[in-house]
Formats: sequence, structure tokens, C-alpha cells
Amino acid sequence: MSIVVEQLARRFNRGGSPAVSRVSFQAPEGAITSLLGPSGAGKSTLLRLIAGLEIPDEGRVLIDGVDSTQMPVQQRGVGVVFQSYALFKHLTVRQNVAFGLEVRRVPKAEREARVEEMLRMVQLEHLGGRYPGQLSGGQRQRVAFARALAIRPRVLLLDEPFGALDTRVREELREWLHALHERTRLTTLLVTHDQQEALEISQHVVVLSEGCVAQAGSPADIYDRPASPFVASFIGGASVLRGHVQAGRAAMGALSVTAPAAAREGEPVHAFVRPHDIKLAKAFAGAASASTTTGRVERLKPVGGYVKVFLRLPSGDEVTVEVPRSEFDALGVAEGDSVRADVRSATVFVGDYSI
Amino acid sequence: MSHPTRHRVLPGFRLSLGFSWFYLGLIVLIPLSSLFLRTFSLSWEEFWGTVTTPRALAAYRLSFGASLAAALANVVFGLLVAWVLVRYRFPGRDVLESLVDLPFALPTAVAGLTLTTLFSAKGWYGQYLEALGLKVAYTSVGVAIALTFIGLPFVVRTVQPVLEDIDVDVEEAAATLGSSPWQTFRRVLFPALFPALLSGFTLAFARALGEYGSVVFISGNMPLRTEIVPLLIITRLEQYDYAGATAIAIVMLGASFSLLLAVNLLHRWSQRRLEARPGA
Ligand SMILES: Nc1ncnc2c1ncn2[C@@H]1O[C@H](COP(=O)(O)OP(=O)(O)O)[C@@H](O)[C@H]1O
Repeated sequence: MSIVVEQLARRFNRGGSPAVSRVSFQAPEGAITSLLGPSGAGKSTLLRLIAGLEIPDEGRVLIDGVDSTQMPVQQRGVGVVFQSYALFKHLTVRQNVAFGLEVRRVPKAEREARVEEMLRMVQLEHLGGRYPGQLSGGQRQRVAFARALAIRPRVLLLDEPFGALDTRVREELREWLHALHERTRLTTLLVTHDQQEALEISQHVVVLSEGCVAQAGSPADIYDRPASPFVASFIGGASVLRGHVQAGRAAMGALSVTAPAAAREGEPVHAFVRPHDIKLAKAFAGAASASTTTGRVERLKPVGGYVKVFLRLPSGDEVTVEVPRSEFDALGVAEGDSVRADVRSATVFVGDYSI
Repeated sequence: MSHPTRHRVLPGFRLSLGFSWFYLGLIVLIPLSSLFLRTFSLSWEEFWGTVTTPRALAAYRLSFGASLAAALANVVFGLLVAWVLVRYRFPGRDVLESLVDLPFALPTAVAGLTLTTLFSAKGWYGQYLEALGLKVAYTSVGVAIALTFIGLPFVVRTVQPVLEDIDVDVEEAAATLGSSPWQTFRRVLFPALFPALLSGFTLAFARALGEYGSVVFISGNMPLRTEIVPLLIITRLEQYDYAGATAIAIVMLGASFSLLLAVNLLHRWSQRRLEARPGA
């Protein structure tokens, strides 16, 4: 049961910029599709339009090939999980999960069996009698999943489901969601601003920016072949270097990298370099090449297993480099030192562009 | 479900509990017990005779009946007003917000006079109601209306914060599960609001039972028909029948206290289900 969105648009304030402007994309059947973008990009609005919680100004929503644009939310058969859990506080876990079945008048015996099945699925069968207030955040969110899945939805819509949880629980639940999806194979749409989350658990990623689709593709496509400067800077924490096209290469001071084939001489370029795509070495060790430059270590920030090195290049641009701890120790540099930086790969865009 | 004893940031539970008892004793219990002492001048038969005259019985009936009707009306309309104030943004919202508190601020005699003028046979409302054959001023309906007026803020102000706490997400989640708006109200919102509605009801009811100022004008104070208990007590006092006045007061006190206690127990029972204990 795929989700197809065609030219969907929603504007909240007359005259203001639209929250979602003519967005089209497909969420393939049986896959997890992430809607990824910075805060305010229109991800939640898009999800709410698909759920039927919001009415579009234009466009269509097709769920499993059926035009559902005018269908009331109660009949869409979508399972929605909110960041805030949105559990019914006065009902026990079991009653929460049973809610959708009760309002749909599912017979008691079937209802009870389904509730137990759902509780087993989210591994909460021992907590069925508790109230939401007596559960941890991660447990509450699993109840919300069980409640949404109990009605056997056609598709599952998740609005930042792990956004309110701490990092460790978030990572656990990400794994858990992956395993759950392996079993249910339910077409799932996941709204997130966390690229790690999107790249890790989805098979398809739709990057949104200011209410428009910036790029859609597999996680590998998005990561390795960003289609625009926006995607390149948003994904992977890349640093940007400014320069010009010179002799067919993108030159940033003494440093140069391969330029796109269509680039014309003298055009401005922006090169996006990921933190682990730069290799550091002691200054003047080994032969210099075109993709090598010197840099001054401005600041060092140890972050667990690796060290973040903030480098100032001769061109004035600042780049961030991530060096594994062991490599960093072998390198032996301190703040203020000069180092040699070898740019192993960069994504280059030609033309003016402001971040 | 037992609540673990937690270390409190502020010290002095014993001190503050002791003070609370002392304070309530000083301003509530001692004055009330002097009431009991007064009635000791009556024999049991005299007491029973005084508190069960047809006039007294009619007054109890009117006081409790009209207060109950008023409190129930306030539960319905107070919920509606609170809903509008919490869920919608509209021009004039601030004005509505302040109007809600007006019955608190107004001297009750002013309220009584105003309502009497409005509902009398020639008043703005009264002339039309009269044409429909409905008499309000100087009837028990008028009493209930006056009591509704003074009790409105209680329900609005107790329900409002609770309603603000209920995330719209919760209603939306219910809708995605297939719940119609009415089902959502009945199964989700109402249970969550019930303790607050009950508190508001209790306050409005208690306030109505004790109300005097606004009622005397609109009721007409006809014994057996539109005389409320507080007025009956005043009448007895004016006749220097202190023992009679206090005897009736004691019945009123006993009945009110039992009612409030019952409602409080019900409240605690319903609140317990909502109590959130984080962690676990
Ligand atoms: N109910 C609403 N009323 C007015 N503006 C809204 C509403 N919901 C969202 N917006 C606006 O629409 C834009 C997109 O919001 P949203 O879809 O929540 O983005 P995201 O989920 O990507 O953070 C934002 O500028 C937001 O302020």
C-alpha cells in the first residue's frame, strides 16, 4: 500500500509563504520513507495532510492507489504516532490499545486477542494494567505504537516519534522500529529532522526544504550524490569552501578539486567537504598535491571516539575535520599547529549560492 | 498504588500541618462549635420541632434544589465557556475572559437588584418570558437563576487550566483511531475533565447554598414558596429566636458538610486514576 502525494499544497496565512508548496513524492509500498528536513520545512504539515488532520489547498493524496484527499481522518485507516505520545492518561495501557477497536465496534473476544497481540509485539504485556503516567518515555511511545497498529492501519505515519526521548532510548527504539518493520512490512512514513535516523532506518528519503522537495532517493543517493547545495550542507555536517573555476578545476586558493564538467572558466564554486573526507598529516610530510592544503588548528574538541579539529585554511575558510581518536594520538597536533589537509572527496556546485 | 515518600525541597510538613489545623480551628471550627453550644438550650423535641416545620422543610428543599440546579447549569455552560476560551482565538476574547470573573467582583446585592429588574414583569427579559407564560422573578426559577449567575466563575476557572493541559494531539490521535467527535468528547475529554468539573460543581454548589445577597431581591421571600434557608435563619434572628436560628443553621451545616465530604471522596477517587507518577 503505497502513499502517493501529488502537487500537495497548504498555506496557513494568506499572503505568507506556504508551509507545503506543491509537493509530489511517493512512499514505496512496504518500505520506511523518511521526510527529512530542518525545523519549519513543512514535514509535519505534510504528514498531517496525508493523515487527514489537515485539509490541503490543492493536490491529491493517494493511499494504495485510492484518492483519499476528501476522506475524513476517521476512515483513512492510518496509524499515527505523535512526538508527544498523545496517550489517553485516564486509560490503562490495555485500554489505550483497545480504544481504536472499541470505537470501531470490534467484537470483544477479537478485541482482547488483538490487544494482547499488540502488547506482545511492543513487549509490554506485563504492563497492560498500568496508566501512562507510570511508564517511562520509551514505554509510552511503544504504547502509542501498539495503539496505532491495533486498528490494522493501511499505512503508518510517524511524526518525530523519538524526538522527546534521550539519545540512548532513541537509538534503542530506532533498532526496535527497524525490527518491527521487518516483521510487519507496513508502508511507513517517518518525519524526522535527524539525518542519522533517516539514513539509518529508511529505504527511501525525501529531503524537504521550505515546503518543497529538495531531493528524493535512497539514503546512499542522498548522502553520496546530494542534488543541491542545500542537501549537501544539510546532510553530513559538511564544511563549505568558496572558490572559482580555474583551468577546469574548482580552485580555492592553492587547493583545487575536480569541477563538474559543465563548469565554465571563472564561475564561482562551492565545495562541500564532509568532516571525515579530510585526512590530516604533519605539515610538509610527504609530497603535496593539488588536493592538499595547509591549515592552522584553531580548536580541538574531543567527542568520545573521535576528535573534532577546526581548521583555518589560508583562504580564510574554516573546515571541520573528524579524526578517530587513535589516529589523532598518532598525529600529535595541538591548537595553533600547522597541519597538512588532504581533501579526499568534495561535492562541488557551480554558481552563486547563499546558505 | 502507593506513593513513595519523597524528599521534599521545602522542610516542615509537621509545622505546616499543625498550622493548618490551628488556623482552620481558629476561623472555622471554633465559631461553628459555638453554634452547637447555642442549640444546647433546646431539648431534643424542641430542636426536632424547630427544624422540621413545614416552613423549614420547604426552605431546605428550595435551597438544595435551586443550588443543585444552578451548579448543574454551571457545569454545562461553564465547560462551554472554558472550551471557547481555551481552544479559540477571537476578537473580544479578553473581554469575555474578564466577564467571567465579574460575578466574583460584583457585590451580590447589586447582582440581585439587576437580575430582579431584568426578570420582573416589565423588565427586558421578564416581559417576553411573561408573554410565554414563564414567571421568573419571585419564583424558585428566579432563585436558581441568581444562584447560577454567582456560581459561573467556579466551573470556568477550575476547568480552564485542565483543558489547557490537554494536548490537541490527544484528540487528533483519537480521530485517527476512528473516533467521532462525540466519541472523543465522551471517552477522552470528559473523563479527563471530570475531576475538574466535579471541583467546579462543588464550589458552585457550596457557594450557592450559602448565597443570600443576590437571592433576597429576586425571590420575594415568600415563606413555604420562595424562602431560602439563609433567609429563614435571618428571619428567626430578627425575631430574637437565636436557638431556633442556630438549630436550622446546624441542619444546613450538617447537610452541606456531608455533601462536600462525599463529593471530595468522589473527587479523590476520580483524580487518582489521572495521577501521573513519572518514571517507574
Ligand atoms: N497550524 C498552523 N498554523 C499556522 N502556521 C503553521 C501551522 N502549522 C505549521 N505552521 C507553519 O508551517 C511551517 C511548516 O511547519 P511544520 O510542518 O511544522 O514544519 P516541520 O515539521 O518541518 O518543522 C512553519 O513555518 C510553521 O510555522
